[in-house]
Amino acid sequence: MSRHVVLRRQFLAGLGAAASFMGLSSGPARADARTPLPPLEMELHITRRKVHVAGRSGEGYCINGQMPGPVLRWQEGRAVRLHVYNHMDEPTSLHWHGIRLPSDQDGVPGLSFAGIPPGGSFTYAFPVMQSGTYWYHSHMGHQEAAGLYGALIVEPAGPSLLPKAERDYTILLSDWSDVSAEQIVSNLKMQDDYYNFRQRSLASLPQESRTGGGLSAALKSRLQWSRMRMSATDISDVSGVLYVYLMNGESAAQGWSGLFRPGERVCLRVINAATMTLFDVRIPGLEMMVVEADGNPVKPVPVDEFRIAPGETYVVMVTPQKEQPYTIFAQSEDRTGYARGTLTPRAGLLGVVPPMDARPVRGMADMGMAMPMMKGMVMPPAIERTPADEIDDPGPPPLNVENQNVAASPSERVSSPGDGLENNGRRVLAYSDLQSIRPPPDQRPPSREIILHLTGNMERYIWGFNGRKYSESGPIRLARNERVRFTIINDTMMEHPLHLHGLWSELENGADDQHRPLKHTVISQPGSRMSVLVTADAPGIWAYHCHLMYHMQTGMFREVIIS
Amino acid sequence: MMKTDKWHSFFLICFLVTPVQALSASASYHSDSDTNLPYETGHDMSFDKASKKHDMAMMDMSDMDDMSDMDGMDMPDMPRSAPHKAAPAKGKKQIKKPRIVYKAVDALAPLVDIGHHMHGMDMGRWFHGVLDEFEGRYQAGGKSSLRWDGELWYGGDYNRLWLKSEGTMTKGRVHDGDQELLFSRAISTYFNLQGGVRLDLDSGPTRAWGAFGVEGLALYQFEVQATGYFSDRGVAGRLEGSYDILLTNRLILQPQLELNLYSRADRRRQVGSGLADIDTGLRLRYEVWRKMAPYVAVTYDSPLTQGRHMARKRGEKASEARFTFGIRSWF
Repeated sequence: MSRHVVLRRQFLAGLGAAASFMGLSSGPARADARTPLPPLEMELHITRRKVHVAGRSGEGYCINGQMPGPVLRWQEGRAVRLHVYNHMDEPTSLHWHGIRLPSDQDGVPGLSFAGIPPGGSFTYAFPVMQSGTYWYHSHMGHQEAAGLYGALIVEPAGPSLLPKAERDYTILLSDWSDVSAEQIVSNLKMQDDYYNFRQRSLASLPQESRTGGGLSAALKSRLQWSRMRMSATDISDVSGVLYVYLMNGESAAQGWSGLFRPGERVCLRVINAATMTLFDVRIPGLEMMVVEADGNPVKPVPVDEFRIAPGETYVVMVTPQKEQPYTIFAQSEDRTGYARGTLTPRAGLLGVVPPMDARPVRGMADMGMAMPMMKGMVMPPAIERTPADEIDDPGPPPLNVENQNVAASPSERVSSPGDGLENNGRRVLAYSDLQSIRPPPDQRPPSREIILHLTGNMERYIWGFNGRKYSESGPIRLARNERVRFTIINDTMMEHPLHLHGLWSELENGADDQHRPLKHTVISQPGSRMSVLVTADAPGIWAYHCHLMYHMQTGMFREVIIS
Repeated sequence: MMKTDKWHSFFLICFLVTPVQALSASASYHSDSDTNLPYETGHDMSFDKASKKHDMAMMDMSDMDDMSDMDGMDMPDMPRSAPHKAAPAKGKKQIKKPRIVYKAVDALAPLVDIGHHMHGMDMGRWFHGVLDEFEGRYQAGGKSSLRWDGELWYGGDYNRLWLKSEGTMTKGRVHDGDQELLFSRAISTYFNLQGGVRLDLDSGPTRAWGAFGVEGLALYQFEVQATGYFSDRGVAGRLEGSYDILLTNRLILQPQLELNLYSRADRRRQVGSGLADIDTGLRLRYEVWRKMAPYVAVTYDSPLTQGRHMARKRGEKASEARFTFGIRSWF
């Protein structure tokens, strides 16, 4: 029996475990608001063992014996008590990604607490005041890269704002390698394009000149990039050369599958738990209705495809009408591989796997350079922002050891679905499509604007903010209840999913002030400028970082202190 | 921090004597507002000071430390060279005029680190070695030799220790043996400053030199090294360069060149003065995997100018183009 079947069983067992937790707790969920339910108690045991994925074996981390960990189901309004036991010879931690909680429960070793020591345990206890689809993962070292994560679903206290669905599935996307994370980072420090085997070469020149408007244009573009000492083919730092892409822990060979009956509405809770991979997700033949982003309900957006970055979650509804299998196709942004699953009317029936799309190529917009307006190009709508009283502007970052580029004219890109997805003939979700159903709780204009530059030096593989990595920085201090705008200017030529712990990031995506979506992780597109509004209503120490884990670990990390 | 400061002043001096400006990553853009930030790390500072001299014309904001008390500053009127305009929405309802402050919100300050888990997250140290050339050079006439050229390094993002080694073995005798122990410090986006000692250690008489140079990635992605050597025997210099031409993503053609210069001849080591010798090659390697690439090459090495005369006097056929094959590997 092949190994992925076993993994799948483990995953299903996880669902069962979660269901039993549900069983413990359902019943009087919304019986009487005045007699609060006792906290939901859960035990989580973390172990490390040899795991086998797609014919390769490596060290993996398990929660209650499973990789990925079990799907946890909590309830809004009901506190949780989570007893986490560390059965390993190394410290660990669990972080509840997107959950608003006291900062000492956030699970970031060094910031929230001292971690869970080897052989020790820790009890997380906090009220759950929100609902939606989230996930949890280790925030210690490289453990998340090796499988220490799982899905987290919080049932709403009142009636759900999502459309009612007959089926409800969790789609947890991830990347897995049998090479240790330490080794991957070490390789990237020595050779930044170690995992990129799709660079421009003599062999690719004819094809480039055909598509790029002639030989001289292709050569000119090459000269331009090599003069900058950068690579237009640098999409993902770690590619499918190394990674196996997983859906609910299963590799693409067989893939995860879920049953449906034609005409049923199926709710798919898509979570990207990958270390370094942005996925582009579609289900050929099915329209997806995006109804929730990062745990918050949004006005339904019909799309054919959406991009999901590490840390983000989306809930989509599909209504398959035909009695046929539908492939859930999640290709990596650099098109070097895919995760795959199937919605099927009969167990064992598999759908057709579509070919991967053309891979994106970075252009001048990704460098933050002004592009000449071409005929037929649509100017992105200007986003109106209420000015803050004060703008904290560090100025353009220095070009130094840690920074390679300065975006001379960063552009608004929230209305773009992202590199490789523009004009691909499909309706692809863009951030500007997201409109919250609930108005954001804080309607004050920002009193302060903080400009942060995302910087990095690909060649040395150092990442940071404002031209400095974490160890050369200090905390960002916010006053309690202060309303601030973070303006993010991405001077690098890669996407960075920025995750702010403990606080909502209210995305200024052009929606009016009643409909701005709240997110916990926002993609900053290369060469772009974007802004989020943050209400500093949770005192404590929070992490603010790029959720591409190797960018975080090589410096794109900041502390935010609210006091 | 103490250490960093010392190095900072050391390198500041270095900046004044070496034309590092030519190497600095793109002088086209210069950040003028950064000199006032309190968080300057050593490398930034020296960078800015060195370039400041010929950049005074761009001075505008640099004297405005903190403008938080300058009320009513009109944003659009400020002579900022910053390419982006700060946020206020243009047009009708611009009532407020935000003050621009330079608080450097994430300036270097003590960080919270319970249990020292965050400490050093981005301060890892790595150990790598690369053997760029490990090859047999063959010639029909019989003079064949084995050549190696590689380096080991250990360290972090800024400071590394390098051990370089190269040499050629012909008929059981090692010549051109050159071993260097260098401290390497990252000074700009793509360049490292290196200083240390060189030992000519082979079958000939041993020589010791002080070494000082730069190493990095020049425009258009040329790998370059330029090192100066000094001892009581005068000064010497070495220029090395290579370039990777990707035929495919695994088949790579690499022209490589090394030139040696000496201010004085060293007859016992058969080294002439002036442009002493050249070693060049055109290698075609196939990266079976990244760390292992066999190659075939044509290599040419020859003494030049005075060295050539010296070789002729000895009756040697000095310049040789030879068929070569070898393996490039690293860990």
